[in-house]
Amino acid sequence: MTDLPDPISASLSRRGFLGGALALGLGAGALSACSTPVGAGLAGSTLDPGTVQYWNLFGGGDGVRMQAMEAGFEKTHKNIGLSSVTLAWGNPYYTKLSLATLGAKPPDVAVAHLTRMKTLQAADLLAELQPADLARYGMTADKFNQKAWKTALVNGRIFAIPLDTHPFVCFYNTDVCKKAGLLDSSGKLKPITGEQAFMEALTKAKRVTGQYGATIAVINETSTPWRIFLSLYSQLGGTPVLSDKGTRITIDDAKALKVLNFFAKLNSSNLMPGSLDYQGAIATFAAGRAGFYFQGEWEITTFQTAKTPFSMTKFPNVYGGNGHYAVQADSHTLVLPKDPARSRAQLDNSLTFIRSLLDQSATWAAGGHVPAWLPYRNSKAYAKLTPQSNYASAADAAVYDPNAWYSGSGSDFEIIVGGTIGAVMSGISSPQAGLNQIKQKLTVLAKTQPPT
Amino acid sequence: MTATTYVPRPAEAASADLSRTGRRGRRDDTRPGLAFLAPFLILYVLFVIGPALYGLVMSFFDTSLVKSGLGKFAGFSNYAEAFKSSDFWSSMWHTVWFTILTTPPLVILSFIFAMLAERATHGKWFFRLAFFAPYILPSATMALIWIWLYTPGLGLASAVVQKLGITSPQWLGDPHWAMWSIAAATVWWTLGFNFVLYLAGLQEIPRELYESSSLDGASPWQQMRSITIPLLSRTTTLVIVLQVIASLKVFDQMYIMTSGGPNFSTRPALEYIYDIGFTDYRVGYGAAASTVYFVLLLIVSAIWFIQTRRAERSA
Repeated sequence: MTDLPDPISASLSRRGFLGGALALGLGAGALSACSTPVGAGLAGSTLDPGTVQYWNLFGGGDGVRMQAMEAGFEKTHKNIGLSSVTLAWGNPYYTKLSLATLGAKPPDVAVAHLTRMKTLQAADLLAELQPADLARYGMTADKFNQKAWKTALVNGRIFAIPLDTHPFVCFYNTDVCKKAGLLDSSGKLKPITGEQAFMEALTKAKRVTGQYGATIAVINETSTPWRIFLSLYSQLGGTPVLSDKGTRITIDDAKALKVLNFFAKLNSSNLMPGSLDYQGAIATFAAGRAGFYFQGEWEITTFQTAKTPFSMTKFPNVYGGNGHYAVQADSHTLVLPKDPARSRAQLDNSLTFIRSLLDQSATWAAGGHVPAWLPYRNSKAYAKLTPQSNYASAADAAVYDPNAWYSGSGSDFEIIVGGTIGAVMSGISSPQAGLNQIKQKLTVLAKTQPPT
Repeated sequence: MTATTYVPRPAEAASADLSRTGRRGRRDDTRPGLAFLAPFLILYVLFVIGPALYGLVMSFFDTSLVKSGLGKFAGFSNYAEAFKSSDFWSSMWHTVWFTILTTPPLVILSFIFAMLAERATHGKWFFRLAFFAPYILPSATMALIWIWLYTPGLGLASAVVQKLGITSPQWLGDPHWAMWSIAAATVWWTLGFNFVLYLAGLQEIPRELYESSSLDGASPWQQMRSITIPLLSRTTTLVIVLQVIASLKVFDQMYIMTSGGPNFSTRPALEYIYDIGFTDYRVGYGAAASTVYFVLLLIVSAIWFIQTRRAERSA
C-alpha cells in the first residue's frame, strides 16, 4: 500500500479545484449556449436556428436519391443550412422521432410514412400546418395527389405533406412473359383479371422458366404477405380490418378466407412458392427463374442494377372486376414535429426545404415512387419515365393500412398479421387457422388501453 | 443497460476496512462519513432510487409516454398481462439463454488467458493489452466490427468456415445461429474484464508457494490444481457473479446487431421492455415488465449473497 496524503489538507485543495472547475464549466456552457449541442441542451435553446434539421429513413437507392435532392436544395438555397440525419427505418426510427419530440429537441422536418404519421399525430407530436402558410410556398391542396392528400388529413386538418405514393406492384420478366405469350403487340403485359386468369398467367410463365410462375418474399418477412393480402382483400371490397382507432376488429371473415384459400392454392400448386425470403425472392426473379415478382415499386433499382430484362405494371386486378381496382400502398410524407420553440423564420426555412424536395420530384420518381406533386406527376417528362409511369394510376386506388396506435408500415400490426398470412402462404398454417390466429392476436391489442 | 460492470476490488477492500474499524469509532465517523457519501447518495436517489420508485408506481397505471400524468389506474392488470404474454417470457428466456451461453466461456477462457499472459516471459504487456483491448470498445463499434465479420458471403467468418469445407450459415440471419453468433462476439468483447480480475488474483498468490512446491517435486499441473485454482476461488466467485449479472443485463449488442431478430429470436428482456415502453408508448406496462425482471434479478443476487456469506463463514 502506498501512503495516502493527509485527507484534511488535501480536501481543501480538492474543494478549491472542484469549485473552480464547476465555475469554469458553467461559464463555458453559458458562453457557447447557442453554438454547441451541449450548450444548447443546457440552455434549452435551438441548435443553430439558421439550419434546417432534417431526419429521414432512406437507405439503398432511395438514400442516394434523397442525398442528391438535399444537395440540390443546398445549391439553390445557399442562405439556409441543412443538417440531415438518416436513421434505420421502421420502429427504431419512429421511436427516436417520438422521444426527440417529447424531449423538446425534435428535427425541424422529418419523413414519416402516412400510416405512421397518424399515430404520431394521435400522440400529439406533430405541428399543425396552416393552409395560409403552405400557400405562401405554393403548396395548396389541388397540387397534390388527392388520395394521398385526403388520407393524410386528420379531421380536415393538415399535419403532413405527401411526397409520394408507393404502391404494391407487379414486376414481370419481359423475356419469360414474351415466350409465354403474355405480352401484347407493343411488348406490354396483357391485363390479368380474375383468379383463373392469374393462375393461368403464372402457369404459362412456370412452363417457360421450368421453376416458378411468380416469386414473393414470405419467409422472415411480414410486411410483404400483408401487402398482397390487403390488395386482394380490398379488391373484394372487404371492410377495414380495424375500426374505431383499432379498438374494434372488423375483418370480413368470408372475404379474408377467400384470399387466404387462394394463397394456399398458389403455394400447393408451386406457382408462387412460400419458401423464399426477401433476398431469395429477388434473386430468383433477377435470375429469370420466375415470370413475376410482387413487391413495392422501390425494388426497381435492384433489377436495373442486376440488368434483369423486366418491366413493371399495376398489381393485377384479381377480384375487383370492372371499375373496382384496389391495391395496398403507403406514402412518404414530410412532417414538422411539434416544437414549442419553433420561430417564424424556422417555419419558413422548413417549408422552403419541403417545397424544394417537391420540386425535385423527378429525381425521387426515378426510384419508382409515384410522385404526389401534381405539377410533375402530370408532366410529359413523367409520362416518358418508364416503367415508373406505367403504374402511376395505382396511387389513385391506394388502400392504406387501417388506423390504430399499433398499425402502419413496419408496425406490430404488420408483424402479427403479416407473419400469420406468411404462414398460410408457405403452407405452415391452414387458411382457417390463420384467420383465427389473426383475430385472436389482434383482440389482445384491440382490448389494450390505447396509449395515444 | 450496458453489459459493463463496476470494478469490484477497491469496493471490496473498502468494505473490509470498514468492518475492521467500524466498531471502534462509529459515533465519531458517522457524520463526516455521510457527508462524504452525500454527493453519491444525492445522485443515486435522484437518478436510481427515485426513478425506480416512480416506475413501480407507474406499473399500476395505464401510463402513456405521450400523455402527461399517470393515466388510468390499472391495478394488477399490467402484471397479469406480463405473466400471460408469451412474448415477454420468450424474451426472458433469450436473456437467460444468452447468460448460459456466455458465462462459462467468459469465466474459463479468461482464466486460461490470464494464466498464459502471466507465464509469458517476453512482451507481457502486449498479451495483457491484446486480451483487454476489446473491452474498451463502445458497444456500437464492437457491433459494427462483428456485423462485418458475419456478413454473408463476404465476411471473415464465412470465409474461414468455407476454407474448412463447410457451407457457412447465415450467422445473424438464421434464428438458430443468431444467438450463438452474438454470444461469440460478446465473449471476444468482454473477456478482458474478467481477464484483468484473474491477473490481479494471480499476482496475489505468494511466489514462495510455487517455489517450495516445486522443491517438493510438484508438476506444473499439480501446482495449478492444488495452489492456483484453490487460491483463486474468491476471484472465481466474484467473476462468476459479476458475469451472470452483466449477461442478464444484455441489450446493446443485440439491439444493434439484430434488433432482436430474426423473428424475435434474439430479443432480450430489456429490448422487450424498450419496445413496449418507448416504441408502443406503453410505459405503464413496460414498467410492470421491468419490475418483474428486476425482482428476478434481485432473487439471483440474493441467492449469491447468501451463498457467499455461508462460504465465508465456513472458511
